[in-house]
Amino acid sequence: MGELLEVRELVKHFPVTRGVVFRRTVGRVRAVDGVSFSLRAGETLGVVGESGCGKSTLAQVLMRLEAPTSGTVLFEGSPVFGLRGAALRRWRRDMQIVLQDPYTSLNPRMTVGDIVGEPFEIHPEVAPRGSRAGRVRELLDVVGLNPEHLNRYPHQFSGGQRQRIGIARALALRPKLIVCDEPVSALDVSIQAQVMNLLGELQDEFGLAYIFIAHDLSVVRHLSDRVAVMYLGKIVEIGTEEEIYEHPTHPYTQALLSAVPVADPTLRGRRDVIRLTGDVPSPVNPPTGCRFRTRCWKAQDVCATEEPALAIRVGNHPSACHFAEERHVIP
Amino acid sequence: MLLEVEDLHVEFRTRDGVARVLNGVSYHVSAGETLAVLGESGSGKSVTAQAVMGILDTPPAHVTRGSVRFHGEELLSASPERRRAVRAEGVAMIFQDALSALNPVFTVGFQIEEQLRLRRGMSRAQARARAIELLDLVRIPAARQRVREYPHQFSGGMRQRAMIAMALALDPEVLIADEPTTALDVTVQAQIMDLLAEIQRERRMGLVLITHDLGVVAEVADRIVVMYAGRIVEQADAVSLFRSPGHPYTAALMRSLPRLDSKGAALETIRGLPPSLLRVPPGCPFHPRCPRAEDVCASRVPPDVPLGAGRTSACHFAEEVVGG
Repeated sequence: MGELLEVRELVKHFPVTRGVVFRRTVGRVRAVDGVSFSLRAGETLGVVGESGCGKSTLAQVLMRLEAPTSGTVLFEGSPVFGLRGAALRRWRRDMQIVLQDPYTSLNPRMTVGDIVGEPFEIHPEVAPRGSRAGRVRELLDVVGLNPEHLNRYPHQFSGGQRQRIGIARALALRPKLIVCDEPVSALDVSIQAQVMNLLGELQDEFGLAYIFIAHDLSVVRHLSDRVAVMYLGKIVEIGTEEEIYEHPTHPYTQALLSAVPVADPTLRGRRDVIRLTGDVPSPVNPPTGCRFRTRCWKAQDVCATEEPALAIRVGNHPSACHFAEERHVIP
Repeated sequence: MLLEVEDLHVEFRTRDGVARVLNGVSYHVSAGETLAVLGESGSGKSVTAQAVMGILDTPPAHVTRGSVRFHGEELLSASPERRRAVRAEGVAMIFQDALSALNPVFTVGFQIEEQLRLRRGMSRAQARARAIELLDLVRIPAARQRVREYPHQFSGGMRQRAMIAMALALDPEVLIADEPTTALDVTVQAQIMDLLAEIQRERRMGLVLITHDLGVVAEVADRIVVMYAGRIVEQADAVSLFRSPGHPYTAALMRSLPRLDSKGAALETIRGLPPSLLRVPPGCPFHPRCPRAEDVCASRVPPDVPLGAGRTSACHFAEEVVGG
């Protein structure tokens, strides 16, 4: 089967400006800086990384909510950034997004029925006017909400229920791919599990592909077939869930996995602990060569001069480190 | 006992009615001990801390019953001056959001020095020197320059360190940390938790760590209290709690957590939602969501059932739950 989505050398820079009347560009935030990956139908790609790594900007650019600086995205083989008019509208049905904050991503003045049914206003061909109310009820039922509640407003729902409303809205046009940008990170543990299970069930039922963006590594592992690790606008390692978690080869992936607290007190003091020093450098002025070298314990001279390509050096999956080697860090 | 909370009841009197936010919370922490207070939003874990610190907003919050003692001294009835003194030198607190906890119009140095000059009578120069020492202690690089900077010039992790430095300025015996790493990235979170653990060990401080994160709890806590709907439903030492939870809520919480070490099948979930505190269910507050609830659970509030080794569980069937 062909690729559903193919992303090639995607770049998004934001200008940093100074002055009000005489605005001038004094620098560029390199939010996404040359990202390539592909996704098959029905597959989930997890994207992990810390704040500022560019994972949310990536989502915005993929959805065409932000224009890319350069690069191409192919959806079922056709370039997404070249789409206009009817072809663009058709593509928008196929790709939808679920956002992090269930409080600000729903219009407080619209009823749930109107929120979930709004996509049909823009794409009337999907559901003829007479059938819409029924369709909305169906969608609410599919995401585990009471279909009778379609006249209620978002504030009458809890955080987890609101996230379900956002998912129902994303499902309305029967998309092939949903980009989920931190969909469970605002939720309590007991509610988070409900929403994660729902996403899994919907995938099985509708054959959806997901790009699942999150900072919680356990959440990403649970839902993903493949995982990309991002650092300062670049993918530093990409592979299957098993390869990334059991056989990580990039020092940043290893440090990230090692830093996750594990819910087992008997492992205290018995884990392979890697502690990074300092914070993530500014994406306005990223380090030369390898961007991780300023926090890396393996850094050599070559890391400052030569940017490591994302390539297979050991094992079976690519990693952007000159000194890639496997290290098992999860107990 | 360093700090004791006993049978604390707090209610919020709102336009919609009286929300019973705390319904008899008791815990204690001794020198050198880390007590984790685990709970989801609305469980009352932060309100308990605010009541201990005397920083609840009244109205709407009212402490209706209970006792908070520091070295045996009752704080709830103490004079405002006495409470201020304890707040400065006895029990200090740090918060999740360092940016809003620090004053944006004063330098970080000034905010640390202020208390040293006021409480310790230090001169400007002495206070500055001590502030630099404290920033050094929490591993802020180039402390000599950083002391003159404003909070917005610090990164998230650095701000959290600055707030810890401020809390430690007057050598408190107890530190209450309310979700200190929740807003931080995981690599920075690990640095801050290491720092807190180290400082606590060196100073033999009592640490009350308020969090929703079972992983953080497992890594640092000596003892754990689990809160639900304004009550403590279980308390135990860390190893026992994770090996054999004694309350159905704790057990369900653990099973609903995705794991780092395996992909796992579908997660077990807890059905329904936490109750509104305006209408806490009668009997056990967890019974509408509990997989093993029986008739008695809806009518009688379960007592704290002792499970040995200082463990308790507020469940009618605690012995069966802990036995698996």
